[in-house]
Amino acid sequence: MSWIILKIIFISIIFGLSLFIAMYSTYAERKIAAFLQDRLGPNRAGPFGILQPLADGIKLFFKEEFIPLKADRWLFLMGPGFFMITALMTSAVIPFGPDITIDGKSFSLQATDINVGLLYIFGVVSLGVYGILIGGWASNNKFSLLGAIRAASQNISYELAMGLSIVALVMMSSSLSLKEIVDQQAGWHWNVFYQPLGFLIFIICAFAETNRAPFDLPECETELVGGYHTEFSSMKLGFYLFAEYINMFVSSAILATLFFGGYHFPGVSSMDPGIVKTALSVAVMFGKIFFFIFLFMWVRWTLPRFRYDQLMNLGWRVLIPLAVINILVTGAVILYKMM
Amino acid sequence: MDKIFYILSVATIICACMVIISKHPIRSILFLVATFFLISAHYILLNAQFLALVNIVVYAGAIMVLFLFVVMFLNLNKEVEAHKGVFSWFAAIVSGGSFFLIVIKALEQSKLLINDSPNHSIGLVENLGHVLYKEYLLPMEISSVLFFIAMIGVVLLNRKEKIVKEN
Amino acid sequence: MTGQHVPFNYLPILLQFLVAAGFVVVTLLATHLLGPKSSGKRHDATFECGLDSVGNARNPFSVKYFMIAILFVLFDVEIIFLYPWAVNFKALGWFGYIEIIIFLTLLMCGFYYVIRKGVLNWESREDND
Repeated sequence: MSWIILKIIFISIIFGLSLFIAMYSTYAERKIAAFLQDRLGPNRAGPFGILQPLADGIKLFFKEEFIPLKADRWLFLMGPGFFMITALMTSAVIPFGPDITIDGKSFSLQATDINVGLLYIFGVVSLGVYGILIGGWASNNKFSLLGAIRAASQNISYELAMGLSIVALVMMSSSLSLKEIVDQQAGWHWNVFYQPLGFLIFIICAFAETNRAPFDLPECETELVGGYHTEFSSMKLGFYLFAEYINMFVSSAILATLFFGGYHFPGVSSMDPGIVKTALSVAVMFGKIFFFIFLFMWVRWTLPRFRYDQLMNLGWRVLIPLAVINILVTGAVILYKMM
Repeated sequence: MDKIFYILSVATIICACMVIISKHPIRSILFLVATFFLISAHYILLNAQFLALVNIVVYAGAIMVLFLFVVMFLNLNKEVEAHKGVFSWFAAIVSGGSFFLIVIKALEQSKLLINDSPNHSIGLVENLGHVLYKEYLLPMEISSVLFFIAMIGVVLLNRKEKIVKEN
Repeated sequence: MTGQHVPFNYLPILLQFLVAAGFVVVTLLATHLLGPKSSGKRHDATFECGLDSVGNARNPFSVKYFMIAILFVLFDVEIIFLYPWAVNFKALGWFGYIEIIIFLTLLMCGFYYVIRKGVLNWESREDND
């Protein structure tokens, strides 16, 4: 029983942490954007504007809840709710640190290590489309519908290339369990050195799946007003915007786990087991996550948006064939080495 | 384990019934998605972990998205449900009932192929891969021909749409 | 409790789902109760850039999106086929490699045909074959 209580505590911590990181990612985003554009950014609420995300959150709670007359009320509520739930579910299989010992029992810093962890991520990501499609359709607004359809097409297109790029990785690791994939990368054996092309394809798809610039066409304000969340207000809008940041956090965690050795770092992994090693490993993991979050923001404020046909051509005609070639080359190299 | 199974089964059947009962096509789809999730839970109880997640990825994540697209594609402004006569009701009940009877009879005559222990590991992806790529190699390769044909079907669908536009 | 691959491993996922769903429901309820309310014919109309909204959004859209969805289903199933192979790749060796080359060749032939016939062309309608 104590195992279940520990698990609930751990899940709550990760849950709170992902909300907290997502909250402060909005702050970081605005500060980084300000820096890149030679502005100051938020600086009124608290020192350096550090309380700004809190103020934003509270403001969203007290905003009027607007439901258009023509909208389908239940689906209108379900859309953002579903989107938020799918965003919060992915972190269940990500290992945040090595096993620790509590009262002589080993406890892993991962909600659960399932045999098909990678497929779990793939599955949850593929469900993210529903929140957008339902929300956009339920609003009964032309802009929302167009935004939703665009978002759905974009997400499903890039899911394919993402799935294919992971296949090459699985061929090397012979496992779908994230814990095992991480432990195989101890030392300098990070997958990014063996799978540079796979990593490139995966990170492009991660940008597209989170609807971040340069792939933010679904909410492209110059042609679609607000995209699929045009009609949403108060916390329902908050869910859509917030889930994007949670997705960013989770994708960064997945990138770190799959390609950058997760919580492993040369020197740290070879230390004696103990509280110091655990703390350092977790710190390494979060350092990698923050690096990728920064990368997401850097790219957003540097690159212009794609045109829709360019986006689709990149997904289908470039990334999918490249990923297939990557699989074949990886296979040939592994088999040649095994001979 | 038994209790979980019964709770899940009841929930699955309720969701499946709601797919048919609910008048709104999008709600029907959402109930169908819920049904797929519950069926995946059943697979997990049988320790068929790979199948459970494939069920979510392919059915809930891909085929249902296609269904949603199709429903959104339909013009749902007017209630254009055709009036069904007494005869079609009668025919539907007879054919549905007889199909149900056949399934029950078939189930009675078949023996249970799975053993009771939920911890057997044939459903894990490693073992499944061995079976699929050694014993069932030919069906696997033939399925790729099926995909090929389906792609040609997509091209034909695209073509037909254009002819209509030209006229 | 850990290390084995048993259905029990999925309990934390259920727990996480409950926590996430609870959070979403509570937040939606809170924002429903806290926010001000107002209504009116103009106020509740669908947004259409300040103009009176015309008709509604239950209209068919481009068939291209539909094609993408069908192709997505096909490819998704194929990718799922690759996973059990990739996990067993080292055990299956060259034999498995040749199997998958045949599998992928057929797939890419179909894909090439789809592209050649212009199903994925977004630029203009005249380009298509």
